[in-house]
Amino acid sequence: MATVLEVRGVTKAFPGVVALEDVEFAVDAGEVVALIGENGAGKSTLMKVLAGVHRPDVGEVRLDSKPVTFHRPADALRQGIALIHQELELCENLTVAGALFLGAELRRGPFLRSREMAVRAREVTARLGLDVDPDRLVETLAPGQQQLLEIARALRADARVLIMDEPTSSLTQRETERLLAVVDELRAAGVAIVYISHRLGEVQQIADRVVALRDGKNSGSCAGSDASHDRLVAMMVGREVGSSDRQPHEPGDVALAVRGLATTAYPAHAIDFTVRRGEIVGIAGLLGAGRTEVLRALFGADPRAAGVVEVAGVALDREGPEAAIAAGLALVPEDRKREGLVLPMTVAQNVALPTLRRRGRWLDRAYERDLTDRAIGELGIATAGGSQVAGTLSGGNQQKIVLAKWLAADPVVLLLDEPTRGVDVGARAEIHDRLHELAGDGLAVLFVSSEMEEILTLADRALVMHEGRLAGELGRDELSEAAILRLAVGSV
Amino acid sequence: MKKILGLSLLIFVIALVTSLLTIDDAGRSLFLSGLNLENLATRVGLFGVLSLAAAFVIVTGGIDLSIGSVVCVAGCMLPWTLRDLGLPGVLGLLFVLAVTGLIGLFHGLLVVRLRLQPFVVTLCGLLLYRGVMRALAGDQSVGFRGTGEDLRWLATGRLPLFEGFGLPVPLLVLGLVGGFTAVLWHRTVAGRQLFALGHNLEAARLAGVPTGRLTILAYVMCSLLAGLGGCLFVLDVNSAQAASFGNFYELYAIAGAVLGGTALRGGEGQVLGIVLGASLMQLLSNAINLVADSNQLEFAIVGAVILIGAAVDEGLRRYLARRG
Repeated sequence: MATVLEVRGVTKAFPGVVALEDVEFAVDAGEVVALIGENGAGKSTLMKVLAGVHRPDVGEVRLDSKPVTFHRPADALRQGIALIHQELELCENLTVAGALFLGAELRRGPFLRSREMAVRAREVTARLGLDVDPDRLVETLAPGQQQLLEIARALRADARVLIMDEPTSSLTQRETERLLAVVDELRAAGVAIVYISHRLGEVQQIADRVVALRDGKNSGSCAGSDASHDRLVAMMVGREVGSSDRQPHEPGDVALAVRGLATTAYPAHAIDFTVRRGEIVGIAGLLGAGRTEVLRALFGADPRAAGVVEVAGVALDREGPEAAIAAGLALVPEDRKREGLVLPMTVAQNVALPTLRRRGRWLDRAYERDLTDRAIGELGIATAGGSQVAGTLSGGNQQKIVLAKWLAADPVVLLLDEPTRGVDVGARAEIHDRLHELAGDGLAVLFVSSEMEEILTLADRALVMHEGRLAGELGRDELSEAAILRLAVGSV
Repeated sequence: MKKILGLSLLIFVIALVTSLLTIDDAGRSLFLSGLNLENLATRVGLFGVLSLAAAFVIVTGGIDLSIGSVVCVAGCMLPWTLRDLGLPGVLGLLFVLAVTGLIGLFHGLLVVRLRLQPFVVTLCGLLLYRGVMRALAGDQSVGFRGTGEDLRWLATGRLPLFEGFGLPVPLLVLGLVGGFTAVLWHRTVAGRQLFALGHNLEAARLAGVPTGRLTILAYVMCSLLAGLGGCLFVLDVNSAQAASFGNFYELYAIAGAVLGGTALRGGEGQVLGIVLGASLMQLLSNAINLVADSNQLEFAIVGAVILIGAAVDEGLRRYLARRG
């Protein structure tokens, strides 16, 4: 098939970093090219060059074999190149039809042709198997449906090239399969697709060709049929990532006891469980099963509908994060940008935020500095230093900062919600290793993950939730994908 | 830092131009006369305190539109407490500050506990407090009738520095309030937490920051400082008329804070910048009065200058971001 979009010899530098150096990339009509690489390897920059967000310093972008210059994303979109972001960028207060036609509304003079848009919206969404009422509000859709809606918007604009950035990072297993099927259909329809993902399983499943970047340069490519897991990892990281052949941890005393906990999302379901010191417990389940709500209610981020939470044998008497932290709980939240970090503040200020008060009323800058230097060393945070603004770091490094700030609080129980979402393979392995070490030292770890692989490799024991209730519990020797899924979908 | 240099430069240039434009027949600059400089410094002191008041709330990502009305409350109440209640000067001042502090507590509780919008709460406050004062005072102007002489020094005192110029005490008050604020913001844990919650309320809350208490504290500080400003104003001019005393001062206060680099989205601000911002506002107003010999153009020029300043600032910021 003919090459639709390509870049030749592209170099793009930002102050202090060369994000891309002499990079080659091309995608044909009817082809899925997976773009892989660690965070900071230059995937996002390449994607933005393709989509007209950035202009290359050197080299050219060619569309249908002719050099083009995009001055802004709208130029690229007009040429049929659509970018689908990792974080959904739909206006949630709009209806499905409104979101689909945002910026390209069908109109008669100044008036909207709402009925026609609704009809067209139904056609486009049906093509993706997204069966929703065009008048429904976007905010009422599940994340997977919202992701499909983003794709529908690209199709509505007659996109010939679809650039998808981590499209499945907030999707459940089932939604992911649905999305991959859609990608398959689009390929058959002749759409050129650039698929960026950390999830190597998906890459193997969907890609015709895989292109890897490392440190802003091409670091290998191969046909999808040759893409073994090891080969992909080797192309990306250039070093071996050890898989975890480890002994389960020896559990100690009960660190966290939860009795009759009901969340405001599912007030009718009471949940009981315990986590021991030195134990890593995973909570699995489909999106919307109420897992995040359990963690947030435990920590007091949201009010509890009912129930008792005991940390190291002492019941939490007050609600709210302050009391939870004082009792020895810590929460690494799901959304690190909104909940985990104060992005405009520095690394050091973020790391010290929860524990500053323990050092008295006056700011202890020496403490802040020492704590940060130690964290940077222990967790391998790639930063220019404690005074770098947190928002300028890559996802993996940001996540390590969130982890560092809670480890500084020396918690009894560490709660983590999606500990490695949007984190590259290397940083992810480092975070997992650190959690194992901490558990070895007697920390109780309770985490929620939507990635099967993470539950299987990290957890000593898994709790599986289904629609707000605890559907079952699996010990280390019973843990398998099939067992978890069976409980998660509620088929007992 | 760039902001502070820029503001200083702007102040210097405007001062220079104004000095040159106001040279009289005898070859003396009206602007540089001791009397004018003392007057200007006094106003910088008074309005600087109000800008710091506004900044306390703006740093949390909120806004206080009631500052002018709280100034009015303090301005009317101080003469009453001294004259009618017969309280000695310092006690009367503390009483008024306590009342305005309570107003701040009221705002803070409404914002934190009832989760009302700061804009709505303080806009209603603006109407409410001035309205109450007008009802109580009628259209009479409220004067001290000889009381409060022991406090007057705070507003009108001068520390003789050299021949023909004494440092106005209000500027000294601003120095003290500014020093206190700077220490609170940048040297204490509470200050760090205040800025963190201004940047990202949810992340700060999840980090165990007592966001509610700190936000309430910010509103209390704001109204308290506005009350202090009101007391100084009324001591300076000797009487207050409820209908007009402190009118629009909230806008001067907010403009000074914003001009000085306090971001309305919260989490950013430094004392020196705010003081310079307030100074620039007063300098402009003084310059217009001297040069144009009338104040009809004052609002128009102040508005235009702030707008141009904001546009240049943003343009420069983008230019630097692109250049790196």
